[in-house]
Amino acid sequence: MYRYVIKRLLMLIPVIIGISFLVYFVIDLAPGDIISQIAPEDATVEEIQELREEYGFNKPILIRYGEYMAGMIKGDLGTSYIAGEPVFESYMKRLPNTLMLAFASIFVSVVISIPLGILSAVHQGTWKDNITMVIALLGLSMPNFWLGLLLIILFSLKLGLLPSGGYGTFAHIILPAITVGTGLTAMLTRTTRSSMLDVIRQDYLRTARSKGVPEKRVINKHALKNALIPIITVVGTQLASCLGGAIITETVFSWPGVGRLILDSVNSRDIPMVTGCIIMKTITISIILLCVDLLYAVVDPRIKAQYAGKGGKSHGR
Amino acid sequence: MADETMLVSKKYKRRSQAAEIWRRMRKNKGAMLGLVLVILIVLIAIFSGIFLDYETDVIGQNISQRLQHPSLAHPMGTDDVGRDVMSRLLYGSRYSLSVGVVAVIIALVFGVTLGSVAGFFGGKLEEVIMRASDMLAAVPSILMAIAIVSALGQSTLNLMLAVGITSVPQFVRITRAAVMTVRNQEYIEASRSIGLNEFKIIWSHVLPNCLSPIIVQTTLRVASAIISASSLSFLGLGVPSPDPEWGSMLSAGRKFIRGYSYLTLFPGLAIMITVLSLNLLGDGLRDALDPKLKK
Amino acid sequence: MEHREELVLDIEDLVIHYVLEEETVCAVNGIDIKLGKGKILGLVGETGAGKTTTALSALRLVPDPPGVIKSGSIMVAGHDIMKLTPTELEKVRGKDISMIFQDPMTSLNPVYTVGEQIAESIELHENVTKQQAYDKAQEMLELVGIPAYRSTEYPHQFSGGMKQRVVIAIALACNPKLLIADEPTTALDVTIQAQVLELMKDLIRTYGTSVVMITHDLGIVAEICDQVAVMYAGRIVEEGPLEAVFNDTLHPYTEGLFNSLPNIHSRTEDLKPIPGLMPDPTDLPPGCSFAPRCPYATEECSRGIPELKDMGGGHKVACRNYADPDFTIERRKKQ
Repeated sequence: MYRYVIKRLLMLIPVIIGISFLVYFVIDLAPGDIISQIAPEDATVEEIQELREEYGFNKPILIRYGEYMAGMIKGDLGTSYIAGEPVFESYMKRLPNTLMLAFASIFVSVVISIPLGILSAVHQGTWKDNITMVIALLGLSMPNFWLGLLLIILFSLKLGLLPSGGYGTFAHIILPAITVGTGLTAMLTRTTRSSMLDVIRQDYLRTARSKGVPEKRVINKHALKNALIPIITVVGTQLASCLGGAIITETVFSWPGVGRLILDSVNSRDIPMVTGCIIMKTITISIILLCVDLLYAVVDPRIKAQYAGKGGKSHGR
Repeated sequence: MADETMLVSKKYKRRSQAAEIWRRMRKNKGAMLGLVLVILIVLIAIFSGIFLDYETDVIGQNISQRLQHPSLAHPMGTDDVGRDVMSRLLYGSRYSLSVGVVAVIIALVFGVTLGSVAGFFGGKLEEVIMRASDMLAAVPSILMAIAIVSALGQSTLNLMLAVGITSVPQFVRITRAAVMTVRNQEYIEASRSIGLNEFKIIWSHVLPNCLSPIIVQTTLRVASAIISASSLSFLGLGVPSPDPEWGSMLSAGRKFIRGYSYLTLFPGLAIMITVLSLNLLGDGLRDALDPKLKK
Repeated sequence: MEHREELVLDIEDLVIHYVLEEETVCAVNGIDIKLGKGKILGLVGETGAGKTTTALSALRLVPDPPGVIKSGSIMVAGHDIMKLTPTELEKVRGKDISMIFQDPMTSLNPVYTVGEQIAESIELHENVTKQQAYDKAQEMLELVGIPAYRSTEYPHQFSGGMKQRVVIAIALACNPKLLIADEPTTALDVTIQAQVLELMKDLIRTYGTSVVMITHDLGIVAEICDQVAVMYAGRIVEEGPLEAVFNDTLHPYTEGLFNSLPNIHSRTEDLKPIPGLMPDPTDLPPGCSFAPRCPYATEECSRGIPELKDMGGGHKVACRNYADPDFTIERRKKQ
């Protein structure tokens, strides 16, 4: 089992190399000279040339990339062009905010979706099912920036109950969490429902009923545990993408998270910041995905057997 | 007496596959609603180009009329430079639809090609394609799109490219899975045994049987492409002003959210209805094309 | 005649339909079953005859929708199954009546250990602690020939035959009065079939359980059953003690079943399958359902549904031809 974890952590490395390579080159392709954007307006040609040297742009890209990777191993992701702050520090300052929002949103989503999904699956075809599915589809079709704005209109402007942006108190997190959570809920409810529908038809539920297991337990214990795998997958990927920063929602609510950081730095061509943020985001996502995979093993013993290698299939006759 | 033995139930007439699919779609009210709405929106996109004049109706400014609440003259009000919101909204459908469709076509072409090659040939080729696709998928699509638009500059074409590229991994994955299922079927062995070359096999035998998941995915991806496109426009990286893309209209309306909430209400509603109808259609197609898949 | 209170299973005039969108499947069309304590009934018929539906109804497990019990009564160990509340029903299931299903590969929950799954049944019905239930579960495992230490393993770690043993352990854990076994060995390899059948025979004799053994395999019926009931298109066409039905066969369909078996002693004989197919349950023929395929059919046969007629010693047959006292079928003539 541990070997599996180590193996997965090691596989992170080529992924990081690949992504940083990709990002580096894509941004380098950008037409327009970055230096001329950064340099002060009245700089002379020589001064621009000096700046170029200072930032290392006179060296070929592969060398620059090599130096960057060397720095990364030491934990140094470079320095922002704009703020002059080390990238790593900037990212870590904002990460807790994004974490808070991510977990709050997932919480909202899970608490609503799973019971709704189960309800829909058990009452498949009835009005309860249809209404739930329509609402889920609506949630999925709503652009989340629009939902955020609608919530602001309703709760901040018309009712004056909640703040329309910023950060600080518990009240500040409610609207953003609902905004992100709604989009997640739609997807998760559908997943829960379809996963439960798959399980509900299984023979082993009939066995459980024939033993006299009460119906509630048949659904919530016997069926649900089997339905969890796709649910965990979706929650995992949702958590991963939330942790990368909910760019749109953070913009709408002026939430000081990692998403805004990335957006601003892309807009201002702050290459080290962009590259660094993307790499950090990739690492975070990969770790979360690894945790998700490990969670599968907790839930489904067949998967645990797979991870442990060949062990697990021991037939007797 | 015991001669009549074969029992063919008279109830089941022979139906062609297409008619059977259509019949299932018809029964699904949601899917029909989706279809009707999609057709409606396409018609709006076509006719707004004919009936609305770009210069006067869509981008022509009229400061004296600015920021008027919805009325008979302007059913959806006017924006901060006096333009009629409804005309801009209707015209805006052209941008959303075209970006959605073109982006998905780009994704289709690359995704299906790569996916079918990966699924069919397997081995090292499949490894490489899937790793690359996974790496692309690991970068969150919004971020990728933002990066591409920043790198290439802001324009409608670049928006289509950006959104298209981010949709590729999904198509690769779906096509590969469908191809892998089909290629193991016996009729593929049969075609090989009569001497068809590999590409002909892919084109004539494998792909037609993979069509259902691809069709469903296409419809649903247009929906998400429209959301991505409007999100990017919202952030100022999409269709450039003064073109009335719904996302940018929302972004502009945001400044006037106090007191003029209609500016944010209508464009968002437009996006939602368009995406909803595509999702309904896509879901309906999925149920109709493979009724074995649970709803 | 058995008294009603002594019967472990008493089904009267059971009619079950599956109501679908476009049509109605008449799965069970008026069945009577009376089974006494400690007796083993073989319910024989081809796929689609309605055997499984009948069995499921005894536990009220017929999926509803689309299954509807149109009429009839079912008494299990004195309980009126149709009238029980859900809570009462849950008490009866697993305790007074239990069932073994056809496919062992899918009958067990993959995410719980076999020990847990057996113990659950015990916990539900007996007044014991969790630990005691688990201990009993391990005992049951030993009883079905699986070492007790394997109680912590998961279903996927067992072969098909062993999974079916676990299913048997679950079914017998609370010593039910009635066991319904729906083709318990069909999905297994032939050698394993024999093992599992032996096991079942032992346990049934030990516990004195009454059993309804559903099968299409006449060999199994001969091995294990006391009584036989032959089903066709949702009705019982012949029933009686084992020897009577086997040696003194009355119904043309039963004759057809025996004839379909290849005879290793006279290999020059052609196989004699029953011509035609089972009737479409959504569109049953008028009168006797077997008439279209029956070599002895007359016009009388299509006019009305034949009732079960007692030909002596509890051996009954549903065939209009027996109104004529001289009528016999081929097989009988040979005997």
